Amino acid sequence: MTAERDLGERRLALWLCAPATLIMIAVTGWPILYSFLLSLRRADLRFPADQEWIGLANYATVLGNPYWWTAFGVTALVTVVSVAIELVLGMLVALVTFRTIVGRGVVRTVVLVPYGIVTVAAAYGWKYAWTPGTGWLAGLLPAGSAPLTEQAPAIAIIILAEVWKTTPFMALLLMTGLALVPEELLRAASMDGANRWQRFTKIVLPLMKPAILVALLFRTLDAFRIFDNIYVLTNGAQHTSSVSIIAYHNLIGGLNLGIGSTMSVLILISVAVIAFVFIRVFGAAAPG
Amino acid sequence: MKLRWGFIDVLVILYALIPVLWIVSLSFKDPSTITDGSLLPTKWTLSNYAGIFRNDDFLRGLVNSIGIGLISTFVAMVFGTMAAYAIARLAFPGKRLLIGFSLLIAMFPQISLVTPLFQIERSLGLFDTWPGLILPYITFALPLTIYTLSAFFKEIPAELERAAKMDGATPFQAFWKVIVPLAVPGMVTTAILAFIFCWNDFLFAISLTSTSAARTAPATISFFTGSSQFEDPTGSIAAAAVVITIPIVIFVLFFQRRIVAGLTAGAVKG
Repeated sequence: MTAERDLGERRLALWLCAPATLIMIAVTGWPILYSFLLSLRRADLRFPADQEWIGLANYATVLGNPYWWTAFGVTALVTVVSVAIELVLGMLVALVTFRTIVGRGVVRTVVLVPYGIVTVAAAYGWKYAWTPGTGWLAGLLPAGSAPLTEQAPAIAIIILAEVWKTTPFMALLLMTGLALVPEELLRAASMDGANRWQRFTKIVLPLMKPAILVALLFRTLDAFRIFDNIYVLTNGAQHTSSVSIIAYHNLIGGLNLGIGSTMSVLILISVAVIAFVFIRVFGAAAPG
Repeated sequence: MKLRWGFIDVLVILYALIPVLWIVSLSFKDPSTITDGSLLPTKWTLSNYAGIFRNDDFLRGLVNSIGIGLISTFVAMVFGTMAAYAIARLAFPGKRLLIGFSLLIAMFPQISLVTPLFQIERSLGLFDTWPGLILPYITFALPLTIYTLSAFFKEIPAELERAAKMDGATPFQAFWKVIVPLAVPGMVTTAILAFIFCWNDFLFAISLTSTSAARTAPATISFFTGSSQFEDPTGSIAAAAVVITIPIVIFVLFFQRRIVAGLTAGAVKG
């Protein structure tokens, strides 16, 4: 009886999971394999007759190219700086929305607004805000400065746009961690004479470690694929390309499938390394 | 104490709202004052909005966005609900593999798919069509629906189905007649999150389309050039940005509680 039911249950599970699994495999599995194969070929759509297997030559081309490394550096910089700022800001926002005694509902609601905004729409807002003449923020700068046309200020604005948009998400994930900290523990510590800062670093932070690691993992992988903000703000001019932008330009502008696929594979490997480091070294538990 | 919290609250609210206020203000600025650099419009106009709604490409983009978003959300919801239920309730071999695989896709760099999909869709005739965007959208919405829904399903007591099965219901009946009705709030939340993901996408939308046949609204905006070559598109872009943003913001604010529950459902158990 139970064996029969187990079998029925298994069969049902198989049928229930089949459509989702098949779609996910069809849309990601085959393209990834295909992209790996393409990365071993000379495949430039502008010269369709000239295609052949060239082994790892594309990898040598990309890895020997200073533009790739600049883009990689910019991506890494934007990722590390924006995730670090988001963690601090997100923690502050989480603490405020969790602890505030006035207007908690309003704050909780309003703080979600940046999450709801379409990234491209927000990016145009930032772009015009920093455009000399048009923008209210550009007006605050010394006359004659055009921050989006120089590398360092442009990257700072890209980070600003990224941080603004994704801090609410970070704050939400951290808030779930905050909710797990028992109130009594804090009260007991406060009775024993622990001040606010000590309670935060000695009790809240250690208890929140799992939530923090999950939030960091999600956001780091997400920031590493940054595309929309840079596309709108600078489109990669003045050495502000991310790896996603440079791969996109190689495909759509350059129509070079071999090089584009090589970059795709390299980005995939980078993301895998980041995830591996988080899960193995920091012990971030995979959700689920 | 109250005053101090009030002050901090105001800071948080300003942080969230000033950039939005700016783009809205820009969209109401008269073309003659659009470069005055003031935070609020000095001369108000609706002409930017009138302009974009006379623009066929933008209207077409809105229709594409809504259609593609709804279809992708619907399919992802149906298949995601089925898989999530199996994960939450049934014992079967390969469960951990499926969870791991969905997590992999959730973290996948989309750009790595764009190059091969561009080529594959061109050879299959899917390039620049609705299905050409719907397929990747379903794929990336699925991990989200599977995670969020299985978290919601786990919160529904398993005794309910056991009781239904005692009364002679098949596993499918137990799922369809008992669990699904109870899971409706969670499903609404998940559907909203999936739709926001599709609506927000830009990378697939500009890479896998080439005309207004399937180009979604965010991608259409990035091709705005102004109604004549002498006109700067700033006002139109701002108005279009507001149009595609406001419905989602209203959605998010209206379903605030549920969205918070949904966004964090997959991550809490970390």
